[in-house]
Amino acid sequence: MSSLASDPAVDPGRIRLARLNRLDARAGRALRWLALIGAVLVLLALLMIVYQVINQASPAIGKYGLSFLYHTEWNPSANVFGAWPLIYGSLVTSLLSLVMATALGVAIGLFLSLMAPRQVAAIVGPLVEMLAAIPSVVLGLVGIYLIAPFVLHDLEGWLHGVFGFIPLFGATGTVGNSIFTASLVLVIMVVPIIAALTRDLFLTVPQELRDGAEALGATRWEMIRGVVLPTTQSGIVAACVLGFGRAIGEAIAVTQVIGGITKVSTNLFNPGATLASTIANQALTPVSALHTQSLFYCGLILLVVGLTTNLLARYISRHFGRMR
Amino acid sequence: MSVVAPDPAHALTPSGNLRRRELVSRVFVGATVTAAGLAVAVLFILVYYVAQRGASHMSLTFLTAQLPSYTGIGGGIGPAIAGSAEIVVISTAIALPVGVLTAIYLTEFANPRIAAPIQTALELLAGLPTIITGLFVAGLLVDRLGQSAYAAGVALSLIQVPLIARASMESMARVPHTLREAADALGVARWRTITGVILPTAAGGIVTATILAIARAAGETAPMIFTSSAFQQQYQLNPTQAVPNLPFEIFQLVDSASPAAISDAWGAAFLLIVLILVTNVAARVWLRRTERKRGL
Repeated sequence: MSSLASDPAVDPGRIRLARLNRLDARAGRALRWLALIGAVLVLLALLMIVYQVINQASPAIGKYGLSFLYHTEWNPSANVFGAWPLIYGSLVTSLLSLVMATALGVAIGLFLSLMAPRQVAAIVGPLVEMLAAIPSVVLGLVGIYLIAPFVLHDLEGWLHGVFGFIPLFGATGTVGNSIFTASLVLVIMVVPIIAALTRDLFLTVPQELRDGAEALGATRWEMIRGVVLPTTQSGIVAACVLGFGRAIGEAIAVTQVIGGITKVSTNLFNPGATLASTIANQALTPVSALHTQSLFYCGLILLVVGLTTNLLARYISRHFGRMR
Repeated sequence: MSVVAPDPAHALTPSGNLRRRELVSRVFVGATVTAAGLAVAVLFILVYYVAQRGASHMSLTFLTAQLPSYTGIGGGIGPAIAGSAEIVVISTAIALPVGVLTAIYLTEFANPRIAAPIQTALELLAGLPTIITGLFVAGLLVDRLGQSAYAAGVALSLIQVPLIARASMESMARVPHTLREAADALGVARWRTITGVILPTAAGGIVTATILAIARAAGETAPMIFTSSAFQQQYQLNPTQAVPNLPFEIFQLVDSASPAAISDAWGAAFLLIVLILVTNVAARVWLRRTERKRGL
């Protein structure tokens, strides 16, 4: 600092320092405000999305109320809109894909975190993540020309033969576009998410616990079943919930392979429709204002499901994770 | 695969119960290896299948010519490439500052009572179905001002912001405490520490996140349904107009059901997938290199 003897009002060094301090204070405040504005924009965007969707859907909400959820006819040309076939399609495709994706994803998570040598995991891990980077429109394209014919000619007959006693696996369809094909496409999208989340989760299991189990003579699988899976239970459930949210919200790839028939069909090999796919399919060519509003109502259902699954996943991993 | 813990009886072949247990273990280990192998195989099959049908399209005319009209005559995807680039530039210009500023707020200035809802909003935004983003922009912008590159950019920025913000936060949190403390000890003002020390140190992670977010946005189709026009076939760079773009183009071409159009769709899909995978790999490699250079 400048010498004590000099007059503070005259000393140029002192003045410069004061100016600098003032500048720092101002710039600091400016940065703080800028950062706050950026952060508040995020919050605002979310609120605006919710408001906008509710607002646009409100005439349909006023007309149908909650009966929209269980009314079974979606028929734009008759101007009748009930979302049950779409909700049914969304639930079936997401749950079916989730069952498959959980098994595969958790297995891959285990492989990457506990089984694979480091160099192998360093290559396989990013490759699995890359699966999530493939755009849904390309996945849908491959779905139409590769997965749908494969399902139609190879999988359906076999599944019908083996599981035919369950009504879900009914007679084989005539086109490859079906609820089952859509579920398979969703599996490809959800597996990388569950795999990445569970891999990080399994890595948090303390080495001592795992070593302890193995020192007691547990085999690799017994160690996983007895130590790793129980300690990470809540996280696995949270990962599945997030995967479910991802699956139910996917619109494009599902639209391309599900067939777009808005009727409830127990047979998985028949075409169907989901909430998201119907929005993607029909939002551009609405036949009436009520049609558009009903599509927004479908969007509102998706929005509620999307927000709920996210909050639920957070709650599960925080609350139950802490209890252990 | 299975490693048996040191055991005096190690040399003996396991029998009876132990043999069964080890068999079970081996089956499950095998299952995890199969699952991982399956995922990698699916990736390669996807890429191979698209390459097989689309790679032959890669020519200067295809990459620059006007879009095919949906009458069955093939064309090029020049306008769609230019449009995609423009839209992504707009969205990143919005998302990068907002994302980084949000990260700065949450890591540096956070007042817990404001930070908690913002953190939640960020996570919810990240988990939002992209078709909802499309509906939102349709209701907010497209209904009043028509389809435009601006609207598309806004929609994509909503997808990018959480990606950029979250990765920036992680990257800034990994800046060593010693650097921060050294700056504090020198009496450096807070904003100078942030702009002069923390941001440059975290830049590698922020840039990587931005590149990944660009790759993600470039392939996003759902919002494009609402902001693009099927009738826009020419080069169009006016941001207040509907601008053709790659994902929407593929979506439209597949719907048209004419063989030439579908063949063009494969070409466009190949280009898109290559661009996205290459940026993904490049971003990862670059991140690893910058982190190694910093000794992290």
